[in-house]
Amino acid sequence: MDDSGSTFDAVERGPGASDSPRGTPRGRDGDPAGHHPSVTALQGRFGATVLHHEVQAGDQHVVFVDAARNRTVLGWLRDDPEQRYDLLVDVTAVDYGGGRPIQIVYQLWSVGHKRALRVKCELPLDGLSIDSVVELWNAANWLEREVYDLFGVDFRGHPDLRRILMPQNYAEGHPLRKDFPLRGRFSRAEQTRRALSQDYHDDYTPEWLEVGGAPALEPPEPDDSPEKAEDTP
Amino acid sequence: MTEKILEIPEPGLHSEPMLINLGPQHPATHGVLRLICELDGETVLKVTPDIGFLHSSFEKLGEYRTWNQIVPLTDRMDYLAPLMYNCVYVMAVEKLMGLEVTERCKVARVLCMEMDRIFSHLLWLGTTAIDVGAFTPFLYAFQERERIYQLHEAFTGARITTSATRVGGMMADFPEGWTDSLRDFVDTFPKTLDEIDSLLTTNGIHLGRTLDIGVISGEDAVNCGFTGPNLRASGVDYDLRKDKPYYDYETYDFDVPIGENGDCYDRYLVRMDEMRQSLRILDQALDRLPEGPINVADPRVSLPSKTDCMNDMESMIHHFKLITEGIMVPAGDCYFAIEGSKGELGMYLVSDGGEKPVRWRIRPPSFVNLSVIAKLAEGHLVSDLIMINASLDIVLGEIDR
Repeated sequence: MDDSGSTFDAVERGPGASDSPRGTPRGRDGDPAGHHPSVTALQGRFGATVLHHEVQAGDQHVVFVDAARNRTVLGWLRDDPEQRYDLLVDVTAVDYGGGRPIQIVYQLWSVGHKRALRVKCELPLDGLSIDSVVELWNAANWLEREVYDLFGVDFRGHPDLRRILMPQNYAEGHPLRKDFPLRGRFSRAEQTRRALSQDYHDDYTPEWLEVGGAPALEPPEPDDSPEKAEDTP
Repeated sequence: MTEKILEIPEPGLHSEPMLINLGPQHPATHGVLRLICELDGETVLKVTPDIGFLHSSFEKLGEYRTWNQIVPLTDRMDYLAPLMYNCVYVMAVEKLMGLEVTERCKVARVLCMEMDRIFSHLLWLGTTAIDVGAFTPFLYAFQERERIYQLHEAFTGARITTSATRVGGMMADFPEGWTDSLRDFVDTFPKTLDEIDSLLTTNGIHLGRTLDIGVISGEDAVNCGFTGPNLRASGVDYDLRKDKPYYDYETYDFDVPIGENGDCYDRYLVRMDEMRQSLRILDQALDRLPEGPINVADPRVSLPSKTDCMNDMESMIHHFKLITEGIMVPAGDCYFAIEGSKGELGMYLVSDGGEKPVRWRIRPPSFVNLSVIAKLAEGHLVSDLIMINASLDIVLGEIDR
């Protein structure tokens, strides 16, 4: 039980860091649950780029890959005839809090070989940037936007990296980070003020307004705080 | 003669693109979905979906709750197939804990999941038919849905927010006579389904509105992350019940319907056939539903009996700790997916060994399916855009989470 205070403190502070002593909770290396052909092939092909391999939940193979080479490794996993991970099931991220790196998690599935593989890349908090895989899988488009929106990870080369679930002008940061309070960063008064001061520029891009032939009103007034406040946690 | 008239350019008439904002409050978007359409006349040049109007941050809320307290959050995501979401969440936790549920519980969950697949497909069927002007199938479908609502209510006490599962079992066993009511549904529903089938499958208007609309090839569909009936309509045989079986699905006798062209009509045919296959599974599961306890007897998750609590100290302490602390899930992460009614429905859990998850992620099938709508609708008419959107079978509660 959390005996450091009332439940409401957590709402104000964010869920807090994971208690796990290590950087990330890890399973046993080389579990006798069996070898995964793709893992062996990956280690042979990429050597030190494959940082770590583990087996989770009994039979799920997880490979940690150097974040700088994620697109190369994932591209090979997609195209190599022995691997053919043609379905990108999911892209998400995990924040353990406490200044530990954020993990980007790719769930892959090979329709032909009927095999699953989980690939993880770790990004330090001061370098939250990784190559986008939209070129490889269109499925990554919205999934990466969601990770950007909720965790603040920049995907280099993404064709349309905008917020997706939160409003475009949301200025309180990235909600799924561990240091983000459940009720948001701004005061209730500030949140209300912002909600009431929305106008149609928040819902339409300038291009759309041009197509829509909206009366050429004055350009949207530059909002002082939003985007700057967003980057300072 | 008419062609000639059309060819004459009218000097004063010039066309330019037009912007139409569809939704978020529009019944044809099947939820609070906003589609910003750039049109040339009635032709869609570009459509940009705008989502997030229903965002409730379930994943964040989950980080503040114990493992069992998350169950009520799951059915609020897909209110069209709530039991499916209840089941997949606890199945993922059980996978992470290495917990094997009882035989009765397995079959009971198969019953719940297949019943809700029909439940979800019926809503899709009714609302999609009404989008192309067929009102009767809507009434027929909702009449049958009402029977499943009543089954939900009889079992869980709620019609939509069922919250029927717990880690290690169900919140309760089926009440007396419940399986008979379900058997009655299984026996009588095919007649209604046949009637709807005869109204739509060869209906000229329905064919005209669905054939060759929103076509996507199998290869593109896989690349775009399509799963479920949408993917199978494009001819790709991918069904987790066959490819990565859970709960003994490999022992049930059923077929996976596959389409050919990947258009709206094939998506319709695949879902219609899936309902029949679900009925076959329900029929077999009802036959094999074994007697025995529905909850697993594992001290990590199960409460001791009331008698034990009152009579010995250890059981009392055990009960107290499970109630006040919640269950503990070993450190690690786990991705577990089932074949949901809308596609691959996965749960990704990260635990640090405590009573709350570090991360709870839902792999949302409709979210990924909807992201393809821009590609599918390009070049079609606005009315086809409505049909394409309907044929994807989305639920906004799960897209926005």
